[in-house]
Amino acid sequence: MKKALFLILLILLLFTFIFSLMFGGSKVPLRETMEALFHPHQAGTVRTIIWQIRIPRIVLGFLVGAGLASCGVVFQGMLRNPLAEPYTLGVSGGAALGATLGIVLGLGGYWVPAMAFLGSLFSIAMIYFIVARRRFSVAGLILGGIILSFIFSSLVLLIFSLVRAERVQGAIFWLMGDLSSLQPALLKVIAFIIPAGILVFLLFGREIDLLTLGEERAAHLGLEAEGVKKILFLVASLITGAAVAATGIIGFVGLIVPHFLRRFTGPNHRLLIPAAALGGAVFLALSDTLARTIVAPLELPVGVITGILGGFFFLTFLLRAKRWDIS
Amino acid sequence: MGYILRVSGLVCGYGEEEVLKGISFSVAEGSFLGIIGPNGSGKTTLFRCITRVLKPYRGEIFYKGKSLNRIPRRELAREVAVLPQMLSIPFPCSVEEFVLMGRFPYLGRLERGKRADLEMVEKAMVLTDILPLRERRVSELCGGERQRVILAQALAQEPELLLLDEPTSHMDIGHQIEILDLLRKLNREKKITVIMVSHDLNLAGEYCERLILLKEGTIYQKGSPAEVLSYVHIEAVYETVVLVENNPLSGKPYIILVSGEERAIEKGKRWGG
Repeated sequence: MKKALFLILLILLLFTFIFSLMFGGSKVPLRETMEALFHPHQAGTVRTIIWQIRIPRIVLGFLVGAGLASCGVVFQGMLRNPLAEPYTLGVSGGAALGATLGIVLGLGGYWVPAMAFLGSLFSIAMIYFIVARRRFSVAGLILGGIILSFIFSSLVLLIFSLVRAERVQGAIFWLMGDLSSLQPALLKVIAFIIPAGILVFLLFGREIDLLTLGEERAAHLGLEAEGVKKILFLVASLITGAAVAATGIIGFVGLIVPHFLRRFTGPNHRLLIPAAALGGAVFLALSDTLARTIVAPLELPVGVITGILGGFFFLTFLLRAKRWDIS
Repeated sequence: MGYILRVSGLVCGYGEEEVLKGISFSVAEGSFLGIIGPNGSGKTTLFRCITRVLKPYRGEIFYKGKSLNRIPRRELAREVAVLPQMLSIPFPCSVEEFVLMGRFPYLGRLERGKRADLEMVEKAMVLTDILPLRERRVSELCGGERQRVILAQALAQEPELLLLDEPTSHMDIGHQIEILDLLRKLNREKKITVIMVSHDLNLAGEYCERLILLKEGTIYQKGSPAEVLSYVHIEAVYETVVLVENNPLSGKPYIILVSGEERAIEKGKRWGG
């Protein structure tokens, strides 16, 4: 059952990759796609589209999807809350503020993602100092995150109310999440941070299992919970920060993918984390392909697609399941 | 026989408030100790100190002669297991997966559960009689089954010392006896030392070899059930009137409660007669 699940996920990943190579602003037939894929050094428009535009974008979708979904798993487990997600602790709020500032100030190039990442680091630091100065309690973390998110979103709205409309629109598009505008150098950074972070999660899989029983029980069973929680929080925040900096705020991936896959893997995080990473990669890349196909040549923000698609999918699943215990 | 646990001059509490005001006692290896006392007497605080949830303000706890708080948790968890009063499990989890978590202190980071670990899990499930439940979800079990599942997790740690916080609260009498019989069996056959915090004076008196009666953060009385559960001590600590009889089968003390009305009638008789 568990082997079958991973096999299905890997096949889906492959299918998503090929499907996403073929569809987009223009449709490339399967044969041409394959030719271009296996002979990357020949000239031709199709090759340029496949190698310069679509592959980086699909890879980015895979990475960010995997990162957000696995962070969702870790936050849900660590905070013992099935409604937790990568943005629960305010990381996205800080990133949004940073990016908005960058956009309305007219900074270009690497500045917007850099500002977004700085913003998320800033919110991590705030949470850390507020909560960790006393004790690293779950309720404190969640409450701190919610309060920070409120402050940041109010500041973003404050900025919107002060600047001209065109600039606001750019920022709003960024906030909705978008995989299109990434510089290749940044892709390399993401391609390092996210897989490395997921590897760290995997190494701590058993510890996360224990943390779902609460810190006290985890301590009874021999875990020094405090240190492990700090490491996990930091790594998850870095992944989320990097993902948000690269693509803006893409909602829902980090919430529903973990839920959906937990039904098949059970609570064992050494299975759930890689399953969620694969599932998140498939989900985001497919959503992005839809986003750039449905109203081609225009593109929809991928965050809108993940929200609508994921929401409906999840809702049908929820209604059809005989029993759905999230608690 | 050596002491497995020694508590010396323990002062602890929350914030400014000192709940425990200097507590000292020793627990012999292989014994079955009950800690009793009214609400607010410091039972739970004491339990939380021994299980290292709270740090003592003053005084120290020694496990096998070593300062408890200096022992790495992982190392300690191979010898000391805890049965908490309440445990919420936010995600669906099968009984077997749950019990397997008790092997955590034995497993390396990249190691998978070995055969020996799975055998130990199996043994713990047999001992607690939950083998038929192994595929079930912990969240769908009833109170008695759930408590046995958590006990199985604790036993998978292969403990020498078992610490229990009100193991029978919210259970019907059938399940209460089931759990305590099991604890007695573990104590006698597996030589596991048991320390149990309890609200139930009669159960504690029936099963524990020794009792510690707490009052307002100090030890009011300690000794055998017959010594501790006398009506003089119980009335002084709980501020209510009781009768103490002996259980006709076991000969252990048995506390009978007296309502206010009965008390008034008795008083009336005495005055009238």
